[in-house]
Amino acid sequence: MAVEALGSAPRTKVAPWNDPTVRGWVFQVVVVGLVGLLAWYLVDNTITNLERQKIASGFHYLGREAGFEIGDTMVEYSPASTYARAIYVGMLNTLKVSVLGIIMATFLGTLLGIGRLSNNWLLSKICEWYVEAFRNVPLLLWLFLFYKLISEAFPGPRQAISAFWGTVFLSNRGVYFPVPLADAVFKWMGVALLVAIAGAWALHRWARRRQDATGQPFPSIIAGTGLIVGLPVLVWLLGGAPHHMSWPALKGFNFDGGSVIQPEFTALLFGLVLYTSAFVAEIVRSGILALHKGQTEAAAALGLTRGQSMRLVLLPQALRVIVPPMTSQYLNITKNSSLAIAIGYPDLVASINVTINQTGQAIENVLIIMAAYLSVSLSISAFMNWYNKRIALRER
Amino acid sequence: MTDVPVGERKQLAPPVDDSGPLGWIRRNLFSSWGNGITTVVLIAALAWILSWFLDWAVFTANFTASTGAECRGQGACWALIREKLRLIFFGTFPYEQQWRPLLAIIAMLAMLITTSDRRMWRPWRLLAIWSVGSFVTFLLMFGQIHIPLSLFLAVALVVGGVGLAFRQGIGTPLEMNAYRALAAVGAVGLVLRFAGILPAWKLPITPFSYVETGLWGGLPVTMILATYGLLFAFPYGILLALGRRSNLPLIKGLCVGFIELIRGVPLISLLIMASVMLPLFLPTGVTFDKFLRAQVAVILFAGAYIAETVRGGLQSLPKGQFEAADAMGLNYAQKTALIILPQALRVVIPPLINTFIGFFKDTSLVLIIGIFDFLNTANQALVDPAWAGYPGEVYLFAAFVYFIFCYSMSRYSKYLEVELNKGTRR
Repeated sequence: MAVEALGSAPRTKVAPWNDPTVRGWVFQVVVVGLVGLLAWYLVDNTITNLERQKIASGFHYLGREAGFEIGDTMVEYSPASTYARAIYVGMLNTLKVSVLGIIMATFLGTLLGIGRLSNNWLLSKICEWYVEAFRNVPLLLWLFLFYKLISEAFPGPRQAISAFWGTVFLSNRGVYFPVPLADAVFKWMGVALLVAIAGAWALHRWARRRQDATGQPFPSIIAGTGLIVGLPVLVWLLGGAPHHMSWPALKGFNFDGGSVIQPEFTALLFGLVLYTSAFVAEIVRSGILALHKGQTEAAAALGLTRGQSMRLVLLPQALRVIVPPMTSQYLNITKNSSLAIAIGYPDLVASINVTINQTGQAIENVLIIMAAYLSVSLSISAFMNWYNKRIALRER
Repeated sequence: MTDVPVGERKQLAPPVDDSGPLGWIRRNLFSSWGNGITTVVLIAALAWILSWFLDWAVFTANFTASTGAECRGQGACWALIREKLRLIFFGTFPYEQQWRPLLAIIAMLAMLITTSDRRMWRPWRLLAIWSVGSFVTFLLMFGQIHIPLSLFLAVALVVGGVGLAFRQGIGTPLEMNAYRALAAVGAVGLVLRFAGILPAWKLPITPFSYVETGLWGGLPVTMILATYGLLFAFPYGILLALGRRSNLPLIKGLCVGFIELIRGVPLISLLIMASVMLPLFLPTGVTFDKFLRAQVAVILFAGAYIAETVRGGLQSLPKGQFEAADAMGLNYAQKTALIILPQALRVVIPPLINTFIGFFKDTSLVLIIGIFDFLNTANQALVDPAWAGYPGEVYLFAAFVYFIFCYSMSRYSKYLEVELNKGTRR
């Protein structure tokens, strides 16, 4: 019939240059061809230039001796180590700043975001001023300001400010504090800590399952914390409680012994945390504001306390709004940690920059930077996406 | 309670008066014990910090010293700012010519402020504002501009091409023929020019002395990098966003790959790449201005972020808009430019301004490759040994300037968000 005839009518032949599919493919082939041509042109130029300037290519330089000092190293490193080692040390420093920055910025930002919603007018205004002041000025400027303040406002090592009964020293060379001398027991304490974390996690799961089945609550958070703190302490006591410390002491022009938090690191971490927490505060605030008022009222009507309703009703729902923008803030912290180079903290980009200057092999090094940041970014995204999926609304 | 007769019920105290200034204080500062304690503690802390800060910044500050040594032992040394003001704002631009960057800043501000007026949001008005504004800005900064013949030809080609695409089936035959002629003149001319048949003629405009980009510095550099970074990144970000939403798999793949690559790495790595790798990419002998290299890196970077913002706007459009445009028989260019983009861009203007604030701050990173932007010239003010030792004053001043720019832009973005949603709000 009419409908059927319409459906099965033979399609009028379209000229190929008017067929959208053909047009689409032609267009794609042309664009990809142009991009390919551009890439070929650039690669060709690069090869010619490299040959002309007699710059070696390939990653062989990674095995050669780096020959430069790195101020802050988490693993063993000396100028005699290889370039690969220097880049690895820089990468670890980037990760250290990023992880600490993410944790501290989340904490401070959440406090500020909740503070902005406070009933207390003064508190909410102060939080608002903080947010506006920090997010409207470049991070790099904060870094310079903090770094210069630390290195110029604090006294030199000889006039260092001592705190905690002469055990901690503040000077423009950094914060010196005592550390325990290395001992075999510490390795076992680390193992104990890992075991305790796994145990606490298992305990938490068991308690949850029991509560789902029987309704009986179990204080798994307190028990878990006890386990995580208690087990390493127990190992320490069993291992004979080694308590020899390395104390910082003035020797010549600088301190010797103990451990040090360098001013570059302090400035970088402070700058990242204070700057990013302003953005985190806005995200947390809008996440909580996005919740319907009825949720608070319903939780109160069920007889939950304020803490319980925050923890069990409001935060889980607010998190759904908060997590996606928070992910991009975490990525920003990681990427912004590369500003370390401006104040002389040896992060990944700083290590690589020295390597570029010494070897002249720009392409390989830029590739390493990109690969490193892309893999860190993708890992953070993957983790946050997994977390987001876990807390997402399960619709039946 | 209910069995007590009405007249004998215990009378409750009247509710606390919460009107007037006292009531406001009671409601907002002392509504409960905890609230009251918080208020008292905060006031004490604020008073302590403010008294210290005011003492340093105003009461014991030195505004008139002629060297840094005179400021020793006192509060803030604002005399340093007075002394270095022109260095901070204009960098190493020739001293007696510094009225030029000042006028350039004013021209760019005028351009940005007129653009922020919604009455100016018509294609021809925007085109006029930006071409005049940009011409004045760069003429003032460079002092001399030579416009090559190929630029005129390229403009003819673009105007003709755009006219042909958008006036298809609308314009009169005469109008269409004019576009065809323009496009043809542009295309043929460009081919002849590159074949070397047409001479390398340039239109010289030389009212002032020439100042190369290496001498530029301070606020104009920051404003040029941010403004023109965004201006050039805008069309290309839109193209990336459209490509990412396209049905064509190869185009989509290219765009997704590019956007994610750029967004996954820090701006610093792009700047380092621009400063060390770009010279390798170009044919031997071709050199590239350092300032232009930084500008290219900022544009590449900004485009990927703008693409993601614009994509949000494209996704917010209901499918019916696309289908209705198809049903009207519009071609892709007409559909996109006349139906889709006007609606999508309207939604993303406030987030785009926030992106712009981000770039205005991020341009400060160019100091790492040795360009004298506003933050870098502020750094230079600290180098002078006669004024050593007052970093706080200089950075606070620079922070204040950045704050004024960014804060006013964020207020404008908030205002637009309300203004643009007037029609859809209930």
